Amino acid sequence: MIQVEHLCKTYRVARRDGGLWHAVKALGKRETHEVRALDDLSFTIGDGEIVGYIGVNGAGKSTTIKVLSGILVPDSGTCLVDGRVPWKERKAHAAEIGVVFGQRSQLWWDVPVADSYDLLREIYRMDPVRYRRNLEEMTELLDLGELLRTPARQLSLGQRMRCEIAASMLHDPKVLFLDEPTIGLDAVSKLAVRGFIHRMNAERGTTVILTTHDMQDIEALATRILLIGHGKLLLDGTFEDVRAADPAAHSLDELAAALYARYGM
Amino acid sequence: MKACLTFFRMRLKSGLQYRTAAWAGIVTQFFWGFMEIRLYYAFYEASPERFPMTFAQLTSYVWLRQALLALFNAWSFEMELFDMILKGDVAYELCRPASLYGMWFARSLALRISRVVLRCVPLLVVTSLLPAPWGLGGPASLSAFAAFLVSMTLSACVCVAFSLIIYFSCFFTLSSDGVRMFTLPLVELFSGALIPLPFMPDGLAAIVQLSPFGAMQNAPLRIYSGNITGKELALVLALQLFWLMALCVIGYAMQRQGLRRLCVQGG
Repeated sequence: MIQVEHLCKTYRVARRDGGLWHAVKALGKRETHEVRALDDLSFTIGDGEIVGYIGVNGAGKSTTIKVLSGILVPDSGTCLVDGRVPWKERKAHAAEIGVVFGQRSQLWWDVPVADSYDLLREIYRMDPVRYRRNLEEMTELLDLGELLRTPARQLSLGQRMRCEIAASMLHDPKVLFLDEPTIGLDAVSKLAVRGFIHRMNAERGTTVILTTHDMQDIEALATRILLIGHGKLLLDGTFEDVRAADPAAHSLDELAAALYARYGM
Repeated sequence: MKACLTFFRMRLKSGLQYRTAAWAGIVTQFFWGFMEIRLYYAFYEASPERFPMTFAQLTSYVWLRQALLALFNAWSFEMELFDMILKGDVAYELCRPASLYGMWFARSLALRISRVVLRCVPLLVVTSLLPAPWGLGGPASLSAFAAFLVSMTLSACVCVAFSLIIYFSCFFTLSSDGVRMFTLPLVELFSGALIPLPFMPDGLAAIVQLSPFGAMQNAPLRIYSGNITGKELALVLALQLFWLMALCVIGYAMQRQGLRRLCVQGG
């Protein structure tokens, strides 16, 4: 169970006009500008849901994920994940969640993937039997076989992402945060990733929170959709509600654009 | 502790992949040590009575330092850790049920140990076969050797704690270059990596010995050959322990402060 109440987070961004004169002026006094990444955001997510968390670039999606996973401390508001405040009980919280950042890597660059997994097993203090069982299951579901013996630097993006996702599920997390897990992947890898998420949710009851710009991910996976813009929750519904934004849309991207336009993004 | 062991295994495995680098390092270290000893011998011949160590102590100092170079050197930073902070991959580190400081301490220590394990044996064997006083002599006594082992461990930990401070400085600056350029020469000079501290002017040497730099390689290398004994030995070990704790506290505080103002950009 994830409860988010009145979450606010502001970033300060330095701004100036381009050009040398303005650069010199900025040496003396910097003009900073506040960007409200999260603005009084509240929602509740139940166990076993697959929530698609969507919005335009800069809407506050990643910030939410980072707050929920205990990386960022919000300015105000509260949030409970399974009864814990993520940034206050970071370690205990971290043991219960899995996180995948599609644009970053958690695998060690120059050793085989299996060695990275070994390290994770130690860090999470996983039970050896459970670890082996999980690893076997992931290997089968994501077709990791030979990949485990390959250094991460020699994997293709699709192969690497499959390994990354498996890495985040090895310790049986109750909640899985996926931040753009399918970015840049080919069709085959996308389908493999989606199939895997479905399976984990169905078999283990893993709660999944997924941010993505790929509306096909959303259509294929999400049982519920949260739309966020300017740090505020704009829509909480199902894919049907999204569809209603533009029933005549020819593609999912058009639909998404219509949806964003409707909410002034 | 267990995490350190895992990192160590990991590092050893990846280190073994870079065999050429290890061999090149061994050759360089051997050659460098030889040149340095020749140089000091010229000084020694000119006026042995003004030489602050015995010549055998000096050769042991140089060879041990060359063999243990990777354990104590100031420049063995992991670029990955800088990048993690600067590019935001530290986000993954924060999703682990372990303290960032502890993990990175273990990781940095493991890196140093694995590098030294891969490189020290040939140097130690070859240099201890050289005729006295040119080679690596035995330890001054059994107790000196025991004190050397303790001091070496403390020294390696002090180096790691110091390097973590440099890593965490990236939370506050946008580039590690400045801090590194500023601190590296300081560490090189004052830790006794370039010249053993007894060769420095007396006043300066006395101050440097009290500094965290004096708690680095200076201590174990001189303890081994009996250049530091008795009361001074106890003082040096106590100083090492003190600086280890102090640097850990500073590094940990920087990490806490850094994470509080962290914003993981992009994405």
